[in-house]
Amino acid sequence: MSLTLLLIQCLNGLQYGTLLFLIAAGLTLVFGVMGFINLAHGVQYMVGAYLVFAFHQLTGSFAAAVVLSLAAALLLGLLLEYFVFRHLYGRDHLSQVLATFGIIIFLNELAKVIFGPGTLTIEPPEFLAGSIQLTEQLRYPVYRFVTILAGLAVAVILYLTVTRTRVGMLIRAGATTPEMVSALGVNVQKLFMIVFGVGAMLAGFAGVIAAPIFAIEPGMGDNILIIAFVVIIIGGIGSIRGAFLAALIVGLFDTLGRTLLIEGLELVFPPSFSNQVGPALASMLIYILMAAILVVRPQGLLPAKGAA
Amino acid sequence: MIRVDRSFLLMALIFALLFAAPFVLPLIGQTYILSLLIKAMLLAIAAISLDLLIGQGGMISLGHAAFVAIGAYAAAIGLESGIENILVLLLLALLVSGLFALITGALALRTSGVYFLMITLAFGQMIYFTLTSLAPYGGDDGLTLWSMATFFGSDVVQSGGQLYLVVLLTLLLVWWGVHRLGNSRFGRVLRAARDNPERTEIIGFSVFRYRLTAYVIAGMIAAVSGLLTMQHAEFVSPSLAAWQRSGDLLVVVVLGGLGTRSGALLGAFFLVIVEEVLGSFIHEWRLIYGPLLVLLALHAKGGLSHLLLPVAAPARTGMPRTSEDNAS
Amino acid sequence: MKAKARFTIASLAAALVTSTALFSAAIAEEVKIGMVVTLSGPPAALGQQIVDGFQLALDQNGGKLGGQDVTLIVEDDELKPDVALLKAKSLVERDEVDFVVGTVFSNMLQAIFKPVIQSDTFLISPNAGPSTFAGKNCNPYFFVTSYQNNQNAEVSGMIANEEGFEKVVLMVPNYQAGRDNVAGYKQTFKGTVADEIFTPLGHQDFSSELAQISTADADALFTFMPGGMGVRLVKQFEAAGLGDNIEFTSVFTTDETTLPGQQDAAVGFLSAGAWAPDMKNDANQAFVSAFEEKYGYVPGSYAAQSYDTANLIASALEKTGGDMSDKDATRAALEAADFTSVRGSFAFSNNHYPVQDFHLLEVAKRDDGKFWTTAKRTVVTDYADSFHAECKM
Repeated sequence: MSLTLLLIQCLNGLQYGTLLFLIAAGLTLVFGVMGFINLAHGVQYMVGAYLVFAFHQLTGSFAAAVVLSLAAALLLGLLLEYFVFRHLYGRDHLSQVLATFGIIIFLNELAKVIFGPGTLTIEPPEFLAGSIQLTEQLRYPVYRFVTILAGLAVAVILYLTVTRTRVGMLIRAGATTPEMVSALGVNVQKLFMIVFGVGAMLAGFAGVIAAPIFAIEPGMGDNILIIAFVVIIIGGIGSIRGAFLAALIVGLFDTLGRTLLIEGLELVFPPSFSNQVGPALASMLIYILMAAILVVRPQGLLPAKGAA
Repeated sequence: MIRVDRSFLLMALIFALLFAAPFVLPLIGQTYILSLLIKAMLLAIAAISLDLLIGQGGMISLGHAAFVAIGAYAAAIGLESGIENILVLLLLALLVSGLFALITGALALRTSGVYFLMITLAFGQMIYFTLTSLAPYGGDDGLTLWSMATFFGSDVVQSGGQLYLVVLLTLLLVWWGVHRLGNSRFGRVLRAARDNPERTEIIGFSVFRYRLTAYVIAGMIAAVSGLLTMQHAEFVSPSLAAWQRSGDLLVVVVLGGLGTRSGALLGAFFLVIVEEVLGSFIHEWRLIYGPLLVLLALHAKGGLSHLLLPVAAPARTGMPRTSEDNAS
Repeated sequence: MKAKARFTIASLAAALVTSTALFSAAIAEEVKIGMVVTLSGPPAALGQQIVDGFQLALDQNGGKLGGQDVTLIVEDDELKPDVALLKAKSLVERDEVDFVVGTVFSNMLQAIFKPVIQSDTFLISPNAGPSTFAGKNCNPYFFVTSYQNNQNAEVSGMIANEEGFEKVVLMVPNYQAGRDNVAGYKQTFKGTVADEIFTPLGHQDFSSELAQISTADADALFTFMPGGMGVRLVKQFEAAGLGDNIEFTSVFTTDETTLPGQQDAAVGFLSAGAWAPDMKNDANQAFVSAFEEKYGYVPGSYAAQSYDTANLIASALEKTGGDMSDKDATRAALEAADFTSVRGSFAFSNNHYPVQDFHLLEVAKRDDGKFWTTAKRTVVTDYADSFHAECKM
């Protein structure tokens, strides 16, 4: 494999990683602070993609669609929190799984009813449409660079919020000792709503920026949800830094693994065989990684400080 | 003691109906329903085994469908290699699933709670992707089986024969066996370990060993369901091991009522009947099914068996706890 | 709450009884046709064309085919083999259909093949034509009205020789039809294959594959990416700026199902096929204009093949007078293929796969701003597949 191809695959891995981070960040906060397993987080990612499609149709402007989608994603998150999740905070994980599973089924079907079962596509805005010449043979689409930058920017903002602000301090405290936070007279209900709303908005944002790259279709959030769970388990539940590190590791591991493994197998086996076995092995890599990390470090790479 | 009788009564009624079905349904020209009932019973067998893990052992697995798939593929590959006797295939399915459970269980049980859930998911995904790469056996596309297993040359265990009764008897046997297991010393230790692992350990039981045994048994029962699923569908595909299938099993168990005698059965029949009945009225039946699950999660603590038999409360009050609860 | 729940269960049970009673009441004299196609996900448009093409033929004859009343039951296989199997089983067991028409994809066909054939129901594929059932596994109950998967690729290989490509990269989804296409191309192509890339079916992000292609230093890419996969690939091919260095050739990738998404990015791209909407026979021009008027979009080969399938069934029902009990008579009537195909010449080989002409197709923009493929020249005539000799039928 040539050096330029390696470079491109690193960029692809980085882009996938930052996208994963946006989804995992909300998931890890909700999980860490409230001890709440939100399976519906993936479907909120799907909703973000559909929202940007719908608003783009309505307004004709990508920028306006992004803003409106974020607001709508936030609203949906708050509504779900108010009507469903709020009543499940004190309950066992299995009730949360059942309820959020029901929400997945409902929203996936709703998307199918409203937008049809087929795949929708949306173009990136005009000024982000071209590609950048990297080498003589290789170009890289501008839009993908921008998604990497957007992901990194969100990571920095989140990190500063969590480490430097009062809300962030409460979130950190909530992730480690929730009883103490409420005992000190903090309005936990409000804190939970804020965390939840931000989580929903981040998932929606991930859906928005993924929409022009991937196809928009019902069920698009299901598999990415599982990968996001892998990320937060590897990173350590409740830890933003952990989620960031793990998202990049998973993104790069997955993308590079796919090419390197197939290329490696092709040295020994015919292409049809290595292309059959390679992707399967590559898809397994991140799970093998997670299982290995769990066996060695059951709390993940960078657990939220002070957690047992 | 009346409580026990009522839940047994319900089970007796369900089994009586299931035994009567193959005699009654053909009379009204409804053989298609028998196929649906087989589907529900196969789901119930797998769900009962998962309930042994969750309800009794407090081990929430999100990779249980992998064992169903292992059972189905072990039997299918056996068939393709010329083994036709269903008893030999059963042995094969039990061996492979048991071995896989032993290895992955030993690793997974180093963790608990949500981490256990995720590591079982990881093993399930590994099985899923392994199956997609089995090119000689169809890979992603799955494999149509042209000749099915026999019982010493007899087609009694095939769809054309008495497969319905075979599945029903298996379900009865599994239900009774797991019920007996729960009432035995083994079951009591398992529940004690679920509620307080430290104390159980101090009393002198190896929590790890008991849990691992339960994990292996549950895996092997699920594999039996897989073998019969293959025999019924005459087709195997990697989707048997998809994580959504494990999620479905989890929903069946929670919906039915954890650790109850009838829960897994009720949940399985509920799922199949709701899908068929709602689906025949409205194509978008999931729009109703989804909110139904949310409502049940919010309002029906203890699941369907608790709704049906309000007096016969589950043998215990608490739900399985996770490491976070223990840690705090 | 508890009382309510009991009521729910009771009413569910009641509903089950009523709905099953409805099934049995529905058995009447009309001919029942079940259809299993993909209507979800990236290739949903393909299945929709098949439904629309068939429905057009039905509507043109007042809901009848060959003088018989027809009930059409459409099922979505969701591009999942296990779902396809389930839907096919319920069509055969619950609805007791006389014909099953399906599928779009070869792997779905393999999943539904056994239960449909074993119930002695005729299975007619309006699109998928895997090599699996063309040779020694050919079946008296199975017909294909489209093509054999390898054929279009074989013709593409011939075209590549004619165009003077020496080094090509092949990229297909990793499933039966994908592998058939690679095998077909390699059978006729005389140059060197620089690389073979297999992607998952339903693949969306081609960035790493495109990077691989751009470093392979080839004259042309040959690919087979039906439906949404093709839309993504062509757009990403353009975004990565590969068009300047590498010729894009394909089958079922730049057609009427994908062109509305690809638009100008695909104009001039070459492909091979047995049909194009601009073909100049009367049946075809009537079909295309009726189709566009009714559905408002340009039909693709999927719709054309499905339209042909409906007319094939009509010709058979006409001959048998709608008597579905005599399977041999129905089979003989189907084998005769006594209908006017929109493709011009059409006949069945001994394996029930078509014998027909193949053409070089090119994407063009019409004067009204819509996109379609045009037939440039005929490459081979009366072309049968390479497996039919192995079929003992």
